[in-house]
Amino acid sequence: MTPTVVLPVIIGGLYAAGVYLLLDRSLTRVLLGFLLLGNATNLLLLSTGGAAGLAPILGVAEPEEMSDPLPQALILTAIVITFGIAAFLLAIIYRSWRLVRQEVVGVDEEDRRVARRSGTDADEMDPDDLAPEDRFPAHADSLHTDRHVEELLDRHYAGIPSDDVDLPPTQGRRR
Amino acid sequence: MIRVLTPLPVLLPLLGAAAALLVGGRHPRTQRTLSIAVLASVLTVSVLLLLLAHDEGATAVSVGGWPVPLGIVLVVDRLSALMLVVATTVGLGVLVFAVGQGSADGDEETPISIFHPTFLVLMAGVANAFLAGDLFNLYVGFEILLTASYVLLTLGGSAPRIRAGVTYIVVSLLSSLLFLAAIALIYASTGTVNMAQLAGRLGDLPDGVQLLLHSLLLIAFSIKAAVFPLSAWLPDSYPTAPAPVTAVFAGLLTKVGVYAIIRTQTLLFPGGALDQVLMWAALATMVVGILGAVAQTDIRRILSFTLVSHIGYMVFGIALSTAAGLAGAIFYVVHHIAIQTTLFLVAGLIERRGDSTAVDRLGGLAKASPLLAVLFFVPAMNLAGIPPFSGFIGKLGLLEAGVATGGWLPHVLVAAGVVTSLLTLVAVSRVWSRAFWRPPAQSPAADTAGAAVADAGPETGAAPTGDGGDEEPPDEDVDAGPSPRTAARRAAWERHTAVATATTPATDGLGEEVGSRRALRPLPQVMVGATAAMVVVTVSLTALAGPLYGVTDQAAEDLLDRGPYVEAVLDDLVDP
Repeated sequence: MTPTVVLPVIIGGLYAAGVYLLLDRSLTRVLLGFLLLGNATNLLLLSTGGAAGLAPILGVAEPEEMSDPLPQALILTAIVITFGIAAFLLAIIYRSWRLVRQEVVGVDEEDRRVARRSGTDADEMDPDDLAPEDRFPAHADSLHTDRHVEELLDRHYAGIPSDDVDLPPTQGRRR
Repeated sequence: MIRVLTPLPVLLPLLGAAAALLVGGRHPRTQRTLSIAVLASVLTVSVLLLLLAHDEGATAVSVGGWPVPLGIVLVVDRLSALMLVVATTVGLGVLVFAVGQGSADGDEETPISIFHPTFLVLMAGVANAFLAGDLFNLYVGFEILLTASYVLLTLGGSAPRIRAGVTYIVVSLLSSLLFLAAIALIYASTGTVNMAQLAGRLGDLPDGVQLLLHSLLLIAFSIKAAVFPLSAWLPDSYPTAPAPVTAVFAGLLTKVGVYAIIRTQTLLFPGGALDQVLMWAALATMVVGILGAVAQTDIRRILSFTLVSHIGYMVFGIALSTAAGLAGAIFYVVHHIAIQTTLFLVAGLIERRGDSTAVDRLGGLAKASPLLAVLFFVPAMNLAGIPPFSGFIGKLGLLEAGVATGGWLPHVLVAAGVVTSLLTLVAVSRVWSRAFWRPPAQSPAADTAGAAVADAGPETGAAPTGDGGDEEPPDEDVDAGPSPRTAARRAAWERHTAVATATTPATDGLGEEVGSRRALRPLPQVMVGATAAMVVVTVSLTALAGPLYGVTDQAAEDLLDRGPYVEAVLDDLVDP
């Protein structure tokens, strides 16, 4: 059996194009990428059956001349699954379009929120995180150092509000 | 007997799903009864299967009567039967919870006529994946459960769910395609997809080919199991779904991936060629996952990150490739399915009670609802691995197995496991101290002030100490409060509620409702009952740890031996 170069080239090309499309933000392109990847995988499955032969029907061809029927059965199953999921994805894309008038992969708001919080202590009940005037009396001794830091900040960064979280010096204030 | 029973965990839910879809919207009560009855009978069958499999060892059933390498074969051994029992138990608990939730508020977000059939299809897919005796059937099982999960995750089609669903669907599709490509390559190199036959043939392949096939399978399964570099999709997509859906996803879907990894590592590629890689992945999964959990402030997201993190324990046990490690991993899978589902159900209850799962907005739940506090506290301590509970037993087993294996990497992992356990305790105790233990939100006035701050500037409000200019001067509160101490607390509270409301674009009206005591709704009894039953299950895992560990020990030995599994399938090959 002489191996064919056509199938590997097509499979490789489909995989490359599919991955490229899958990385796009637009959901329609993602869907197209998924379809290309699915077809590439189906072709890969097909090529595992070896060289092409006659239809694997008993009585039509001798068993030696038949092509391997198992990969074809697997491909049929895979095609059905791909088909169903592509339909579902289309519905999702349409829904996304109806909802927000755009069909792109959305931004994860919670991630952004956590990222914004990164300069702060995760436990906001930590008394050291409160402004000095908000603290319980028991924490009075930590006021002194804070005032000290505030003075330092005032001297070095005059005119800049010390609790502006986007500025690096405020990191030091909370220690 | 076992041959008759084996296909039932797949068949019954599928038929039940069809029937449930037919009775559909017109007879919701019939539909509920039907789906619960179906899952209860599947549970009975699974328990019987476990008892039989524990007595007789592995058994293979050729579905449709075709001889083994041609037809579909289902295999029951101790591992798959045990997984079936746990999965069905959890599924039943979640279903009862969902029924309680549905009948309590007729929630339009979970259209009940679709939910029940899809849930049953999901359970059929899970059962099929556990019972599959060939790789392609495993693929089909995965696809059944994934397709059902796509529908469940996007139930109602609201904007956040669609957003989360897209991530989840695309990632799952990618892993499925990788798995399918791996199947194609395995078939090309061995000429079979039957796992028992593969066990004999894969070892004869050249090392490079083996490595390629092995790593392809592991990557595909690791995406599904959410092992670290491939886990980023999970905390993004799980928290938006309805509570019961998140619960069953968290409990089952990743564990199906872990199950597939166990089979790959023991049955298909027993040489342990990629054990080192798996150990590093386990280490990263544990540490990165739990650090994510510590950084979060939403209960569901915290739980999602602990879910990712604790997958690392299981991968660690599998990567040890010893009987003790595998037994520990299987025990941990069982424990974690139950515990994670329970915690997500409790999160659902918290959401109903406090109208939020953000710990910043919750408070005083322990006083408002002591039962809910107990329901959260017990599984949370169990998750963190506090001694009497099964989480401790599972972790101890894994750590002992790691120490017994020796070598520096297992020891590093043992240390990481202990640290992860501690950080889990930090994460859940933070939820405890803030949502349950601290005083409840104060007056509605504080909330409107917070909302005003939110409207004034969300960026500045995001810092806990805020921009002082936007807020009322604290002196006012000092004057109004009964004592300086409570006044200080109160002022602090205003700032916190300001943070909480500032984090989401909340309207004034919403802000009022969130903070006020009226928002604490009563809990439907069915939901509480289902959650309490799940908590009892997790606690009983502790009581039953001895016999359970006996089963997992034997299951692990069977896995390492490979003989029983292969013989059970290939005996049919000779004598169909």
